[in-house]
Amino acid sequence: MHMADALLSPAVGATFWAGSLGVITFCAKKLKEKIDDKIVPLMGVLGAFIFAAQMINFTIPGTGSSGHLGGGMILAVILGPYAAFIVMASVLFIQVLFFADGGLLALGCNIWNLGIYPCFIAYPLIYKPLVHAGSNPKRIAIVAMISGVAALQLGAFSVVIETLLSGRSELPFGTFIYMMLPIHLAIGAMEGFITAGVINFVRSARPEILESVSVSKGLAPIISLKNVLAGFLILTVVTGGALSWFASSNPDGLEWAIEKVSGKPELTGQENITHAHKQIQEKTAFLPDYSFKRDDEGSAKEESREVWPNISAGTSVSGIAGAIMVAGLILLFGLGIKFLKIKRD
Amino acid sequence: MSHHIIDFKDVHFAYPDGTKALDGISFRITHGESVGIVGANGAGKSTLISHMNGYLLPAKGTITIGDLYLNQSTLSHARKTVGVVFQNPDDQLFMPTVFDDVAFGPLNLGMTEERVVERVNEALDTVGCLHLKDKPPHHLSMGQKRAVTIAGVIAMQPDILVMDEPAASLDPKSRRQLINLLKEFRHTKIIASHDLDLIMDVCGRCLVISDGKVAADGATGELLTNEHLLEENNLELPLSLQNR
Amino acid sequence: MLNFDKEYFNIGYLDILSYKNTFVHRLDPRVKLVTTIVFVFMVVSFPKYELSRLLPFFIFPVFMSAAGEIPVGFILKKLLYVSPFVLFVAIFNPLLETAAIYNLYGIEISGGWVSCISIMIRFVLTISSALLLIATTSFPGVCRALERLYVPKVFVVQIFFLYRYLFVLAGETMRIVRAINMRTFGKKNYGIKIFISTIGLLFMKTVERSERIYHSMCSRGFNGEIRLLKRDKTGFADILFAVAAITVFIIFRRYDITKILGELAI
Repeated sequence: MHMADALLSPAVGATFWAGSLGVITFCAKKLKEKIDDKIVPLMGVLGAFIFAAQMINFTIPGTGSSGHLGGGMILAVILGPYAAFIVMASVLFIQVLFFADGGLLALGCNIWNLGIYPCFIAYPLIYKPLVHAGSNPKRIAIVAMISGVAALQLGAFSVVIETLLSGRSELPFGTFIYMMLPIHLAIGAMEGFITAGVINFVRSARPEILESVSVSKGLAPIISLKNVLAGFLILTVVTGGALSWFASSNPDGLEWAIEKVSGKPELTGQENITHAHKQIQEKTAFLPDYSFKRDDEGSAKEESREVWPNISAGTSVSGIAGAIMVAGLILLFGLGIKFLKIKRD
Repeated sequence: MSHHIIDFKDVHFAYPDGTKALDGISFRITHGESVGIVGANGAGKSTLISHMNGYLLPAKGTITIGDLYLNQSTLSHARKTVGVVFQNPDDQLFMPTVFDDVAFGPLNLGMTEERVVERVNEALDTVGCLHLKDKPPHHLSMGQKRAVTIAGVIAMQPDILVMDEPAASLDPKSRRQLINLLKEFRHTKIIASHDLDLIMDVCGRCLVISDGKVAADGATGELLTNEHLLEENNLELPLSLQNR
Repeated sequence: MLNFDKEYFNIGYLDILSYKNTFVHRLDPRVKLVTTIVFVFMVVSFPKYELSRLLPFFIFPVFMSAAGEIPVGFILKKLLYVSPFVLFVAIFNPLLETAAIYNLYGIEISGGWVSCISIMIRFVLTISSALLLIATTSFPGVCRALERLYVPKVFVVQIFFLYRYLFVLAGETMRIVRAINMRTFGKKNYGIKIFISTIGLLFMKTVERSERIYHSMCSRGFNGEIRLLKRDKTGFADILFAVAAITVFIIFRRYDITKILGELAI
């Protein structure tokens, strides 16, 4: 369930990037405070392990389809939340580059969706309180499955939210949720099941390995529900604030910024700071894109948007002619470079 | 010069699971010597090597490196003095490019960047791998990987060079190149290997290890031609000496 | 498992491409990274129904693949491989929004189709540019760029290690998978039990490997911090490339080149 660039607006993408980068920095700081040197190579190879493990498929019992490991849960259990989050972020980073999963802008969202929930929600709030050193394999399996489901459901939910906030897809909230959550119920349960399976397998085969790993984990993650909630509250406020600022400068904060940079003369008019929001709306309403705006007052912004592509056949034809020309020119450009290269050799 | 000395006195070591790996080992290797360590699987070669730069510390007995006893506080000195090349190159080439990997040690010694670059280039040149500088290790052949791991160690300019199975999984040509390279080194060398021909070629002195003890210590030419001694320790004559 | 081998060699191929020596490959990784990020931002910043102004942006991936000598077919195949999720979401737009917004000689085109196609164009642009970034920049180069762009070092070291051992572990996994395949007589997927013990085995081997790596790091003076040399220098050509590319992006973002050309032609 990798979020994709194409479905994102810059504002949502940037907000989640900021969030994920913030958490990475926080984890890096935590790790630096009380780190055991050994964890450096351990984190590194475990990242590669998750990557390699994801390449093996298995058959989901009862169905014909196949699945693979996500990794967030098992990392959290083995390395603790801080190190696990960094490892998960690194795995997703490499996936973007080598497998083209998602895209660079969506990476922030993906780190958030697949990293935050297993490491900072499911593990500290569900797995850790319920599983102890002496827990039996069955208990581990059940708790891991519950944690896996919780993490994946939250992740899937975030994908829906991010898509809706970006406004590129027409899918209504209800339908999208209805499609995403059941699928991820199954995926989450499998994730938990595999996590528990691997932990139990290693525990019975080579118990000392888990012990040696948990020694280098070093820091016992003490995360209280209160802290997590407080953290989320702050994040929500910040995110909400940032988003509403961007949203108010519809169509996009970036577009608006580009207008400023590219020196488009600012509209003369009432410089009333208290009506900053309204002002931005008005400003954008005068952008060339939206010159087809209806004359009605009121929510000019939204309606102008719906009506905007109302182009007559004449402009459509010139658009198509232009498209063909652009395609031709770009193709020529590419071939030209190739030709020059061959000639030089 | 007492600097390049490595001295084991009655060293004992057992792993946490109770396996006795070293059982009273004593020997002394002095400046400029080239010593081979041979022994069957499980004889204690790798454990011995892990003691040479203090990755493991003896349970009983003493190890002297240069002028200092090896203990927790002299570890960094030992690691500067003794450079160890381990068996598996993939475990040693942990940085993403050859250059970064060879630079890892010198940077840890706290040298200036120019000095580091100099050292790295020198070391890579010595092993004939300067042209591989920007390659990632997974693009190298086995022989090149070995050479680069050696460069990574000699870039730190240790006084004593220790190697564990340097010729394992090398093709014949790479192995020959490695042997020629090893012969050129003026360092004190300690080489643990099953490749008895390599030991014959490179080392003047040889230790035969068995059950965590020194079974024999003497000139390579004598020990490795002693069929009786070798067979007693689950070894056999070097291939070059077997007439078939 | 064929699937496994294929994926493994796919990364390997991309990795080998990234060590070519062309103008694009020689550019400072930082410059390429920043340019690509600006590109992605510009592309996704267009409003939902944009088509014509997205088209000129294809010049960037075309330039990167032509100048970087990256086979187009390979990039296209990868795009196809990861398209399902985006396609799945985008395909609902034509179903849900049927109001016509274009009228082309009597054929009505609904807003849903326009936004769906717009999403797919964005998808191709953003993903191909990310793929081309890694195909024209060695991964260690990307990491060094991140470090110099103030990404926390723990993370940079982490991706260094991940990249390095990715290939080692993938090779190891491939051997395990082949060994199992040979004894399961070509059944395509594994049952969950075999899967779990395979992963468990791989996990144990991985932890043991990390101990050996730590061992050899210590013997080369590791004391908790990994030091990196700064090696990339930003030259005149790099700055020129970045300025030129970003200027072009801003022009494309600002003016509807497609429409202007079309009007000129008619």
